[in-house]
Amino acid sequence: MSFTHEELAVMDSIIARYPKKRSAVMPLLHYVQSLDGYVTERGIETIAEKLDLSTAEVTAVSSFYTQYKSEPVGEYHVGICTNTLCAIMGGDAIYESVCQNLGIKKDQTTADGKISLERIECNAACDYAPVVMVNWEFYDNQTPASVNELLDGVRSGNPPAPTRGPSKLRTWKENSAVLAGLSDGLAEEGLQAGEASLLGLNIAKSQGSK
Amino acid sequence: MSTLSPVLSAHWDEPDSFTIAAYKRHGGYGALAKALKSTPDEVIALIKDSGLRGRGGAGFPTGNKWSFIPQGDNKAHYLVVNADESEPGTCKDMPLLLANPHSLIEGIIIGSYAIRANHSFIYLRGEVVHVYRRVQKAIEDAYAAGFLGKNILGSGFDLELTLHAGAGAYICGEETALLDSLEGFRGQPRLRPPFPAIAGLYAMPTVVNNVESIASVPSIIEHGVEWFQAMGTEKSKGYTLYSLSGHVANPGQFEAPLGITLRQILELAGGIRSGHQLKFWTPGGSSTPMFTAEHLDVPLDYEGVSAAGSMLGTKALQIFDETTCVVRATLRWVEFYKHESCGKCTPCREGTWWLVQIMKDLEAGKGTEADLEKLLDLCDNIAGRSFCALADGAVSPIISSLKYFRAEYIQHLTEGGCPFDPVASTLFETAGA
Amino acid sequence: MTPEQAVVAVETVSAVIDGVEVTVPKGTLIIRAAEQLGIAIPRFCDHPLLAPAGACRQCLVDVEINGRAFPKPQASCTMPVENGMVVKTQLTSPVAAKAQEGIMEFLLINHPLDCPVCDKGGECPLQNQAMSTGRTESRFEGEKRTFEKPINISSQVLLDRERCVLCARCTRFSNEIAGDPFITLNERGALQQVGIYEKDPFESYYSGNTVQICPVGALTGASYRFRARPFDLVSVNSACEHCASGCDLRTDIRRGKTLRRLAGDDPAVNEEWNCDKGRWAFKYISSRERLKNPLVRGADGELHEASWPEAIAAAAAGLAGKRVGVLAGGRLTHEDAYGYSKFARVALGTNDIDFRARPHTDEERDFLASVVTDLKTTYADIDKADHVVLVGFEPEEESPIVFLRIYRHVRKRALSVISDAPLASRGSKKLGAKLVSSVADVSGLTAQSVILVGERAAEVEGTLSAAYALAQSTGAKLAWIPRRAGERGAIAAGAIGNLLPGNRPVGDSSARVDVQSAWGVSSLPENVGRSTSQILAALNDESLDAVLIGGVDPMDISADALNQLLNTFVVSLEISNSSVTAIADVVLPVAAVAEKSGSYLDWRGSARHFDKAMEDVDLRSDVRILSMVADALGKPINLPTVTATRAEIESLGNWDGAKSTFTPRALAAAPSDEFTLVSWRFLLDLGALQQGEANLAGTAKQARAHISSATAAKLGVTEADHLKISSDHGSIELPVSIREIADNLVWVPRNSEGSQVIPSLGFTRGAVKVAKR
Repeated sequence: MSFTHEELAVMDSIIARYPKKRSAVMPLLHYVQSLDGYVTERGIETIAEKLDLSTAEVTAVSSFYTQYKSEPVGEYHVGICTNTLCAIMGGDAIYESVCQNLGIKKDQTTADGKISLERIECNAACDYAPVVMVNWEFYDNQTPASVNELLDGVRSGNPPAPTRGPSKLRTWKENSAVLAGLSDGLAEEGLQAGEASLLGLNIAKSQGSK
Repeated sequence: MSTLSPVLSAHWDEPDSFTIAAYKRHGGYGALAKALKSTPDEVIALIKDSGLRGRGGAGFPTGNKWSFIPQGDNKAHYLVVNADESEPGTCKDMPLLLANPHSLIEGIIIGSYAIRANHSFIYLRGEVVHVYRRVQKAIEDAYAAGFLGKNILGSGFDLELTLHAGAGAYICGEETALLDSLEGFRGQPRLRPPFPAIAGLYAMPTVVNNVESIASVPSIIEHGVEWFQAMGTEKSKGYTLYSLSGHVANPGQFEAPLGITLRQILELAGGIRSGHQLKFWTPGGSSTPMFTAEHLDVPLDYEGVSAAGSMLGTKALQIFDETTCVVRATLRWVEFYKHESCGKCTPCREGTWWLVQIMKDLEAGKGTEADLEKLLDLCDNIAGRSFCALADGAVSPIISSLKYFRAEYIQHLTEGGCPFDPVASTLFETAGA
Repeated sequence: MTPEQAVVAVETVSAVIDGVEVTVPKGTLIIRAAEQLGIAIPRFCDHPLLAPAGACRQCLVDVEINGRAFPKPQASCTMPVENGMVVKTQLTSPVAAKAQEGIMEFLLINHPLDCPVCDKGGECPLQNQAMSTGRTESRFEGEKRTFEKPINISSQVLLDRERCVLCARCTRFSNEIAGDPFITLNERGALQQVGIYEKDPFESYYSGNTVQICPVGALTGASYRFRARPFDLVSVNSACEHCASGCDLRTDIRRGKTLRRLAGDDPAVNEEWNCDKGRWAFKYISSRERLKNPLVRGADGELHEASWPEAIAAAAAGLAGKRVGVLAGGRLTHEDAYGYSKFARVALGTNDIDFRARPHTDEERDFLASVVTDLKTTYADIDKADHVVLVGFEPEEESPIVFLRIYRHVRKRALSVISDAPLASRGSKKLGAKLVSSVADVSGLTAQSVILVGERAAEVEGTLSAAYALAQSTGAKLAWIPRRAGERGAIAAGAIGNLLPGNRPVGDSSARVDVQSAWGVSSLPENVGRSTSQILAALNDESLDAVLIGGVDPMDISADALNQLLNTFVVSLEISNSSVTAIADVVLPVAAVAEKSGSYLDWRGSARHFDKAMEDVDLRSDVRILSMVADALGKPINLPTVTATRAEIESLGNWDGAKSTFTPRALAAAPSDEFTLVSWRFLLDLGALQQGEANLAGTAKQARAHISSATAAKLGVTEADHLKISSDHGSIELPVSIREIADNLVWVPRNSEGSQVIPSLGFTRGAVKVAKR
């Protein structure tokens, strides 16, 4: 099934952001994920046609980047940081516990298609370790217990809000659209900075007040 | 008592700090108006004089980078901001963009004006959706306020700014891989020469700067070179963000003059987590050779860290206490580099594949001391033999951990396994969770 | 060196490599400068015709410039030599030697130990360099990376990802040289692998080059797989018979059988590349339809095998005293064409000879004699061109190496290409060609421009005249590029009614005197002879009595051509059974290209000589057989061997007198019918010399009828529908393809499966009816 006229028009608007259209391949892949949940054949073929690329060239790009998925992922994609610092501070334990809870391992999706699991690399939030990402939103300072609570919330349709993110957790597809540059108007929701981000500032202020 | 110097983070404690209103409330976009009254060359000269050096790891003088762009060549020029923050341990640019995106945008406009770029890009790592929202909103607001678009503040200077999400590839933090990625290719590093200043994005003269470097520019314009130079050390001028993480009482961001020591930061932050001692740490992310307690007084500036045998890098201070198995930590880093190797060159692609296998065996207590020699020899065959610096980063934790903790590797071999209890090093263990 | 080259001063630089000073042109890479000294630095990704990659890191050397040493070994395949440079390779630097040894070890950890069953074994750069640069024993004790092996990436190329060293030569070739990025590096890091998009296989006309340049056994050709060991093969230099590009080839023979063909290295022509037809279409030589013995039609009306003396006598008897036409065909070597030319004039006393087995006109024949015989355009002119104009010519389909040369400059310096094609083919799109409706609409040319005219330019009256006029008025270089390999040689040999050998006009008495004295005959026919279509018409109306036919398929000429041969005496010289041999009175088997020596003149008019590749075959070249028939006729042409023929051609030399004047024709009006059929041939199609190559045929483009979106709307069809295209003669049915094409045109391939236009529609261009099927 091909994309609708509206969807194709969105693709054209994404292409128009760039001086050379090939640059649009990455946001277009994010956009395809926002529609199809993963990089589908129709996605690859449409992008190739729009950008005058071969389908092989689009595949070459999509398969290079970890965020582009060649298989469907869950509505909620859970990434547990198991890079050194998070792993040591609890990421490994969290991962084990989540595997048990969900009955799946990394790069798998629950049978109901709700939740998928990934071991992620450092997500630039080490001062909030251990870090878990759901649909690429920050869940800071996690423990096995807090993540299992988070998963329960996801399953019951009422996930807790991200620590530093919008007031309500959005789906994988919705967040993929944001990465394609399609604003969801939620920029002003959520904290401006977490506690750790303010640590130095607060110390500096207390120094100054001394 | 050392002093912190919040500049970029000065107003992060205000709940609306990320808005254009808050930014302007504190004088934001004043530097832009000032810069637009100077000539582009004067702006370049000022940044050169300030001594600002790249905050993304390499420490190259920012003003010099700008001055390499050929002028009057009738070509499009581009400024590309590297916001692909992915080096393990590094976590400064993301909080900066969440809390204060306009400092980056103002810096981009000034930098673009200086290098005569009319279209600039922010290459933001893709795994941080909320940061994307904040930056996108900031760009929209800057357009609406007339700071972006045509004839900015009546200066006749035009600038388009495009936000581009990456999609999960550490290598795209390497500037030429970033450019290939931004052009819609696989993010693999390019041959140099030509350097980006001559043939960068779309083969046009291009400057690639780190978020923090560019975000620092407005403050220098606003307060002047002398103000900036009053901070820091002889060759490492100004202030910067240090990111403290790991087994400390209080992890977080510290904006301080370059040259502060870890001991000073730890004193301010409340030290290592209670009841534990520092075992090893990285001065600037996992690619920088690790330090130990003997390096607590190394000045954390470009020269100081380098003289002590490591690199300032991204100033990502990852702290590990005595509960941490250095072999396990190192293995995990090497696994990261294997996962993130782009695959282009042999030593990195095949070398990391092999290193991981050896490290896994060592962690499991399999092997002999001869394997440690083999490991070091492989590192010698990888470091400096690969296409870019990624593989140098991969061997750095191995070489440095073997330098300081060879006995611990051997202990794994003699005991036939890892002598550490992984639970002991978790956060929730201490928290009693 | 030509005077032109001599005036270009080459800036040089000097450096010391392993203690030896070397001076090279500025820009020369260290690895190549070392080669000049006989120092072989091991390498995989490096290829002199591809942009430097620096990916495999096998060629690391130590470098210092003006006393300052690089802290790390450098890739010698990416770094140009500079003055004051001191390079130490593995021969003099222990650091470089260890670096190279380390890289080799890394390359081998994941490489399977399947050399004994690998096609590349024995000619494998990895095998060889592992011996020169590797360790004797592996230190790797871990787990090797495994992949399913091998996988088909097209019907003719297989990929074994375990053997691949990821040098990216294949992907870089496909993208940089061929413009066909159908294979790419996929995934990342240790999982990186060459691959295709599953629904779009590696169907590039140039795919075979990737097999040839693969430095390991990762890419193999389906037809050669497991067939031979390199050291059992005998390699012979050869020339390609498939088109007029002029490729140098290497043919590898084992026990009298051609097992594979590879691109040879001729920098002035094909560099180191060829097309898949040139590489993989050679089984016709060993076809079951090959003729081994002469055939003579008996009193029973059937063909019977005969001895050579019987057959020669029968041919002579049938031709003696008859009014005979000669259809030589476009695939002859220069020497064989000369044989037909001389045979027609001396043995048959006629100028009724034509090599053109395709649509043709008198305008074209005049153009060939007056204009083409003087053309000196070469590949180097394309290298310097500011514009390239394509007239009735689709280079990728009709002369693929010409295409590669143009494409190189399109890619390198955005060379402007203009084409009068009615439809933007994939080839034109790759060239970014600007389409014009007629050559008369081309403007902006200079003396640096090049006009490449194809054989199809003859199909629209006045086009050749307009192209010539454009060249005259702008000073642009002109070239005529026929599709078949033998046509330019046939012109030079005079296998056409208005020319004698050496470009001599038939109507010029002093030209005839030249030839008479060389041939030792007292007179030669003076009038311009009949063309192919006139010969066929004359056979039909019995103003000719007999015909001598070389390798001609009548269906390449017209739908009626075969019928026109039915009631006449036919002598056929052929390699295989064909529609002509089936109706011939005498069939004389001749040698195929690998079985004889000779030469082809490519589109430039340059000769590529080749020797007999298959020693054990006793079939003879056309010229030798014609010489025997002439002897039997009592009118000897004295061309007993190819060598003797070559010598006679050379001693006769080329005519330096005046050429006949070319009389231009007016450009035909644009077609006004509701629908006009336009067509050309795909490179890979039902051509006779591609028979028996199933793997190759598997990569051929599928036939579709191309129409505009307006036409599709008018006819109420989509790409899911079929069109019926019909003429008075018949019809074809093809799936629809909607493309940019004028609304009154419908384009189909000329000779593909389901789309053979001459037999089905009776022409290659003309008014048709088009309807939804």
